[in-house]
Amino acid sequence: MGAKTLFDKIWDTHVVHSIKDGPQVVYIDRHFIHEVTSPQAFAGLKKRGIGVFNTSKTIATADHNVPTKDQHLPIKDALSRHQVNTLINNCDEFGVELYGLGHPYQGIVHVIGPELGITQPGMTIVCGDSHTSTHGAFGNIAFGIGTSEVEQVLATQCVLQRKPKTMKIQVDGKLKQGVVSKDIILYVISQISTSGGTGYFVEFCGSAIESLSMEARMTICNMSIEMGARGGMIAPDETTFEYIKGREFAPNGTDWDKKLAHWKALKTDEDAVFDTEYHFNAVDIEPMITYGTNPGMGIGITESVPAINPTSDPSLTKALDYMDLQGGGQLLGKKIDYVFIGSCTNSRIEDLRMVADLVKGKQKADHVNAMIIPGSKQVEKQAMEEGIDQILAGAGFELRQPGCSACLGMNEDKVPTGKYCVSTSNRNFEGRQGPGARTMLASPLTAAAAAITGHITDVRKMLN
Amino acid sequence: MEKFKKLISTAVALSLQDVDTDQIIPARFLKATTREGFGDNLFRDWRYNANDEPNSDFILNQSEVGGEILVAGKNFGCGSSREHAAWAIYDYGFKVVISSFFADIFKNNALNNGLLPVQISDEFLLKIFAAIEVDNKTQLEVDLENEQITIIQTRESENFDISPYKKYCLQEGYDDIDFLISKREEIEAFENTISI
Repeated sequence: MGAKTLFDKIWDTHVVHSIKDGPQVVYIDRHFIHEVTSPQAFAGLKKRGIGVFNTSKTIATADHNVPTKDQHLPIKDALSRHQVNTLINNCDEFGVELYGLGHPYQGIVHVIGPELGITQPGMTIVCGDSHTSTHGAFGNIAFGIGTSEVEQVLATQCVLQRKPKTMKIQVDGKLKQGVVSKDIILYVISQISTSGGTGYFVEFCGSAIESLSMEARMTICNMSIEMGARGGMIAPDETTFEYIKGREFAPNGTDWDKKLAHWKALKTDEDAVFDTEYHFNAVDIEPMITYGTNPGMGIGITESVPAINPTSDPSLTKALDYMDLQGGGQLLGKKIDYVFIGSCTNSRIEDLRMVADLVKGKQKADHVNAMIIPGSKQVEKQAMEEGIDQILAGAGFELRQPGCSACLGMNEDKVPTGKYCVSTSNRNFEGRQGPGARTMLASPLTAAAAAITGHITDVRKMLN
Repeated sequence: MEKFKKLISTAVALSLQDVDTDQIIPARFLKATTREGFGDNLFRDWRYNANDEPNSDFILNQSEVGGEILVAGKNFGCGSSREHAAWAIYDYGFKVVISSFFADIFKNNALNNGLLPVQISDEFLLKIFAAIEVDNKTQLEVDLENEQITIIQTRESENFDISPYKKYCLQEGYDDIDFLISKREEIEAFENTISI
């Protein structure tokens, strides 16, 4: 065999069966489920009269639809309550481990997998959620699936998939002050567009990527889907192994040594060929912000919104109409109403620390509603232990309880019609944070800066 | 899953690019625990205004336009993996979605529900939009057996690709899960060889 990419190596060792000129049966090592995309899959199993193929490989949590206040009380919204209860009943009936509301491990599915050490290098991981790509930061193949595929995995521990093409995205150099991993990925998507990665699985590499912490790497892989990619991955290294070691479900003893030896071999061969490659320089990246209604519509904070030609670009025209922004104008100084810090992209302890460091001793602008949603109960606990909750409260930020929250507005946490929200989440689609809400995606630093000043701000001016 | 062979129908044209699944079915309508009924909220926030009144500018609210085929701009179905998007389109009454480019997860979800995603060239997509703009009663023929789409009025046609396996599934109403269940023994044998 010739030289292989990391993606090829992991994929090929998980193929159970290949259909001629068709998809392959791919074995799945870990399957995460949540309340929104699993009920119809369990209903399918019941209809067929079959059980879960291997209950030890599926882990459930409630995140998308849960309130972020008073989680100890029954969920007020009847439909949400029914959906969460359906998950509880299904997990009970089929023997699936559930970290539901009230459990110390509950949280956003893509936050808890890594923090519990369930997510490991070399695995195949799926979940009925497109941001499953997050887990790829550990050097595995992780991707989002639909509910029919959730049913496939529950029934057979496999999915039928066509093997995607491979793409390398290399980012070299040192990041400038005030520029963090969220800015890298928003920059990359702005360069290759919201569909530039469709049909591909991406490996991120280069010195700028290697220098990042695991949490920062997760932010990058998380948003691979926002350029259309099936998933994103980063080869595991010492940073990865150090992060996993000692976590709840990490291997230990001789098992650790055996796994570690395997993980260390997980890298793309030097002369392996990718179907497509991109190279970027870290020094070209500014703090980023989006102006439009898809994550590819992003600019450096000091840049101008593109000028529009309504006849040649109806989609951009519609986007700017929705955002009530002028083509050709700057965003700096634009008054904002909400700041949302959270989601599977940026709700981990490092994100909260980053925000706390910036806002310590400051006050949010009076007119801004600033919400911080920790990614999990463990993140929440850690934040309290470090006194981050006090710093945030002192600055006028509201620290709520874990869940997906205003990233997609399935619960009560919504941005009202016409209001601008600087958000650390992953999607600025029309209505994503509530009908008529206007979302601007940015890093936790840029979002925190906007909360303090009350308008779009170049965070670099607030750093020493 | 229902069988699909051939369809001749008028079509609804939605020429916007990058239509994401949040537009197809907003998250607040994902609370149901069954697959039915999502068609009522298909394109909810484009179809209805803030007072829940139909928005007369939106294509689905124009009574003279209809059909079982949805024709959409490039990169249709991007964003969230919610299969509810495919369910909503199918539940509304569409059997085929035509675009010059589909997001990966949406395409899989559509195929798993008997909703045929037909990917054609940018040029042919423009021809279809132009034909519908001239006459909104333009009929399209989607012939799965011959992997061909034809604008009936102009007799212009183009071939589309579909894997032989997926074609068989659609023609026979056969699900991926049926196939996978038939492979359970092979999967069990595989599972016994791995250590993760």
